Amino acid sequence: MPLLDVRNLTTSFHLRSGVVRAAQNISLQLDRGETLGIVGESGSGKSVTCYSIMRLIPQPPGRIESGEVLFDGQDLLQVSEAQMRDIRGTKISMIFQDPMTSLNPYLRISTQMIEAIRVHEKMDEKQALSKAITALEEVGIPDAASRVRSYPHEFSGGMRQRVMIAIALINDPDLLIADEPTTALDVTVQAQVLDIIKERQQRLGTAVILVTHDLGVVAGTCDKVQVMYAGQVVESGAVDQIFYEPQHAYTQSLQKAIPSLGEKNEALYTITGTPPDLAKPISGCAFYPRCPYPKIKGEEGDPPQLVERADGHCVRECGHCDRSKPIESVLAQEVTEAAE
Amino acid sequence: MSRSADIVAGAEQRLAAAPVPEEFEKGTSLWEDAWHRLQRNRLAMISLFVFSAIVLFCVIGPFLSPYDAEAQDLLKGAQGPSAEHWFGTDTLGRDLMVRTMEGGRISLLVGLIATLVALAIGVVYGATAGYLGGKVDATMMRIVDTLYALPFTIFVILLMVAFGRSLWLIFVAIGAVEWLSMARIVRAGVIGLKKQEFVEAAVSLGYSHTRIIVRHLIPNVLGPVIVIATLTVPAVMLLEAFLSFLGLGVQPPNASWGVLINEGQQNMEIFPWLLMFPAFFFALTLFTLNFLGDGLRDALDPKSAKD
Repeated sequence: MPLLDVRNLTTSFHLRSGVVRAAQNISLQLDRGETLGIVGESGSGKSVTCYSIMRLIPQPPGRIESGEVLFDGQDLLQVSEAQMRDIRGTKISMIFQDPMTSLNPYLRISTQMIEAIRVHEKMDEKQALSKAITALEEVGIPDAASRVRSYPHEFSGGMRQRVMIAIALINDPDLLIADEPTTALDVTVQAQVLDIIKERQQRLGTAVILVTHDLGVVAGTCDKVQVMYAGQVVESGAVDQIFYEPQHAYTQSLQKAIPSLGEKNEALYTITGTPPDLAKPISGCAFYPRCPYPKIKGEEGDPPQLVERADGHCVRECGHCDRSKPIESVLAQEVTEAAE
Repeated sequence: MSRSADIVAGAEQRLAAAPVPEEFEKGTSLWEDAWHRLQRNRLAMISLFVFSAIVLFCVIGPFLSPYDAEAQDLLKGAQGPSAEHWFGTDTLGRDLMVRTMEGGRISLLVGLIATLVALAIGVVYGATAGYLGGKVDATMMRIVDTLYALPFTIFVILLMVAFGRSLWLIFVAIGAVEWLSMARIVRAGVIGLKKQEFVEAAVSLGYSHTRIIVRHLIPNVLGPVIVIATLTVPAVMLLEAFLSFLGLGVQPPNASWGVLINEGQQNMEIFPWLLMFPAFFFALTLFTLNFLGDGLRDALDPKSAKD
């Protein structure tokens, strides 16, 4: 049994302007010790999926319409709010994008860490404090015994993110959800933060869901990848499958949009257009208007289904485009056409 | 699937105690920190000293004075300050110093208690409404709007008719009116704060709503609330004076600063000291509370620490 088994999770937001289907039919599995990367551009439903797993979707306007979130065999969508509170922080923890605002500015780090421990575990203050100091040392805060007394504003962004990781991991959760944990940090600090997560994962067997739009981060840290577009999973599989044999036009285009060190004096490929408005129903393939492949059918039609192949590689296949040529030649042709 | 043995060993190793520095023996609560920071603010400390002196003067003063606040001596009516009567006497020959002290007791009591009542109700109510949002918030704030629309005087008269006159009713009446604006300010602050990630982080750590409101949101809005509270104290004292003027507040022969100032301003061209002394104490209290509130706001904000 996988640690986390999400089946057909659908979350939407009921706004005055209409129903926004932010995450549709999401399924994912995660074992202990594994890392799942969720990639996609802004608004593709990455964060909504994670928030739904932790039941942090503000309701209303949000609503988890259907699906199951089986964590250790227990459906998190069915447990009471009080049970959910016991699970949050002890079994599943989360770290957020912006380390500058994710600590309470009015409380010392020590106070916040001791609180995180004592909410879930009976422990006297001194013991909890010593546990907090150990946790800070583990995430590489120098001089933790005195820095624990600091306020959040006395730390830099990278240090604050480490403190957040220390707090999120302090009760040894089985699953850590990291929602773009490195987006707000500079590149060297990014690497350090990812190393800390990785090291903890190897030592304690924590499963990690890493939400990001940085494919480089995914390649370096994840075992499995899920590519999301317009609230749907368009492709999922092992990290090598996604990077070396991308099947979906969106995944292929994304990879073409990464600057590489070898190529010189070439304009970087960008995916034209904007993602579809999720408040409007999408009839066919969500990526159709932006797809670089030659179109052979109109936009209308049955939405393409996610098909699992023998090797576990899932792709949402559509029959709207001519896929006979590889994406390189399609893009090259596009460039020459534009030049003419 | 279970964790492997070395993982368990790793977890056990983590529980090995880290040394706790000695300085942790002393408390590090929000309020103790704020007090340390306040001590570095000279103006606030002077204000605290002066305010305490005024309170002591009003509370202990009457016991030390040879005069009784209600004892009239018509032969010595309306005399200016002298060695015998330091603040002079009023038109009925009562010693103005004792009357200022006794008036101060009532004014300070009304001011502080009504403000505390307003603070307690307003902060809890506003924070709850702001945090829960949606329909709960809308309902709670419409109740506030309705109460705002109720004319204050009629409300007080109704209370007096229903429960009879007493000082406690003044606290209730003023507190019931003043908490409304407090609730609005706190609600606005909380709405701004709850979008910050630390609130989300607190939910994701499994904290209850009550814990988040009390431990994480209210301390963050205390700064502006303290300033409003110190401005509320003089406002409440003025309201009490207004009620007394209508005959609904403090009843003669008892007096408050508001009553004394009101009496004094009727005679201020002939006997200016009758206005000067109570007004001086009233103004001084107002000043010190404002400075103190300002200092407290800075002291409560950890970012203002200059060390």
